[in-house]
Amino acid sequence: MGKARGLVAVNIEECKGCKLCVVACPVDVLHLADSFNTHGYSPAEYDGEGCTGCGVCYYACPEPGAITVYKNWLEAKDAYICQEKQVPSKLVEIDSVKGIAQCEACGKQVILSNFRTLSFTE
Amino acid sequence: MSIKILGKSPGFYDSYERRPGSNKEQTHYCPGCGHGILHKLIAEALTDFEAAENCVFVSPVGCSVFAYYYFNAGNIQSAHGRAPAVATGVKRALPESIVISYQGDGDLAAIGGNEILHAANRGEAMTVFFVNNAIYGMTGGQMAPTTLIGQKTTTTPYGRTLQNEGYPIRMAEIISSLESPVYVERVMMADTRSIAAARKAVRKGIKNQIEKKGFSFVEVLSTCPTGWKMSAPQSEEWIKSTLVKNFPLGVYKDIAQQVEPLNLDLNLAPPERVSKLIGLEKDKLEIDTAALTINENIDEEIKIAGFGGQGVLSLGVWLSEIGMREDLEVSWIPSYGPEMRGGTANCHVKLSRENIGSPLVTHPSILIAMNRPSLEKFEDDVLEGGIILWDNSLIDVEPKRKDIKNIPIPATQIAKEMGNTRISNVVILGVLAGLTEFLDPMVVQRVLPLIFKKRHLLEINLKAFQKGLELGRELSD
Repeated sequence: MGKARGLVAVNIEECKGCKLCVVACPVDVLHLADSFNTHGYSPAEYDGEGCTGCGVCYYACPEPGAITVYKNWLEAKDAYICQEKQVPSKLVEIDSVKGIAQCEACGKQVILSNFRTLSFTE
Repeated sequence: MSIKILGKSPGFYDSYERRPGSNKEQTHYCPGCGHGILHKLIAEALTDFEAAENCVFVSPVGCSVFAYYYFNAGNIQSAHGRAPAVATGVKRALPESIVISYQGDGDLAAIGGNEILHAANRGEAMTVFFVNNAIYGMTGGQMAPTTLIGQKTTTTPYGRTLQNEGYPIRMAEIISSLESPVYVERVMMADTRSIAAARKAVRKGIKNQIEKKGFSFVEVLSTCPTGWKMSAPQSEEWIKSTLVKNFPLGVYKDIAQQVEPLNLDLNLAPPERVSKLIGLEKDKLEIDTAALTINENIDEEIKIAGFGGQGVLSLGVWLSEIGMREDLEVSWIPSYGPEMRGGTANCHVKLSRENIGSPLVTHPSILIAMNRPSLEKFEDDVLEGGIILWDNSLIDVEPKRKDIKNIPIPATQIAKEMGNTRISNVVILGVLAGLTEFLDPMVVQRVLPLIFKKRHLLEINLKAFQKGLELGRELSD
């Protein structure tokens, strides 16, 4: 069993609930949600802990943007750059199942599956 | 340490704006469809190799017909099975581009079987991704050339049989038997390990093209949960348990390291040389368009109809040719049966000062009818106040319309008296020039020598034109 140092965030509106990521996950930390998204699918959901950041689910998923994997989440959350104030900040997890964090600098919620809009120091 | 994030590749658009409807965030593929995984592998490779900007993605007919919704690259959607032909054109015209032909099994192995064989045989420097899911997915699960013996589809409800449909076609093996391809591999996308292998093959296929190595072919065994009537995880199991036994994985050919990079520079003859080769040099005419006698407001829609062999189509071509020298916008389209002579033929000609939208002539301002069926067929379409010019030496009825200019010309009779019935169309050309204001006789007389290269033919045609011109001028007075 790998070290739990990753984080997986599912964009529930892009997910079609095909379950391929759930089957592929080597540490079994994904499941299908009980709820539906607006397209009528039950999206995949992170158990909230245990992700190793291996990326297997990312490659198993047929949707281009449904799954985002932070391979080294512990480093990433401390390297966050606040979009509001453009200053170095930190992310605090609010809901790791839904992939929501909070920016320490501006206090706003950050959707982790929208990784294209986020920036981090290298 | 640097932050590593696996997420939506920049090789994809942020939002799929080309996709109709309100859902711009999901692909149109079914849940669990293999296309999405392969799309991701390709987009990732294009991004990593910094090739997306330079890539032209050719999508087929099949479920992946809408690949241009997703890939942030150049996109062309081609006719069914013709992606390799389109890709050939793109690659030859833009040798520095990265051209990807992405095709399914119905597209590549059935209707496009010929195209792919010859593109591969020519060794076109492109990358082909062949998505094999053993079924026609888009049209509702019919048998494909790759469908397995015994596999039930909507067109093989009892399962594919050897007697009726033969064996499934193994494209990777066929392509690899050709001399030119540099890389042929079959992979599958059924679990973590096989997807990693597919990723490697995708990257190699694209890398080969970047290094100008030649034709690369990657066959990918892919899921079709809807067509196979299974869940997505069951589909992956079926690939592993059944499909792969009929389509063995492996590298069928890889000589990319042994071959020298191709010289893809276009070896084109300069335009002047081409003009000379096809005889255009001699056809140059310096015409002072300011000195023309023709009307400023020209917008003629002409239909010329008659028997094949009467020069109906030729007359249309000449009108366009003359119009071009007069600096007009012109169009010509023919419509004829399979016979070279006899049968009926007609053509649509437009001559205008303005840009021409459609070349079709549904309501002609001028109808030239050279036989009776043509007159009867098109008479009613002529615009009010238009001209019906008809050969009364061949047509024994009169036009019934009274709201048009009725011009009967015994063109064939005149031509016969001049010694050759085949010049009747030139007589009509002359009449048109005398009667109307869109043909300048001076231009016509300079264009005719370009058409009739032989001296004796030119002489008789110039005479025929002159005769028609006089007749037309008499009629216009």
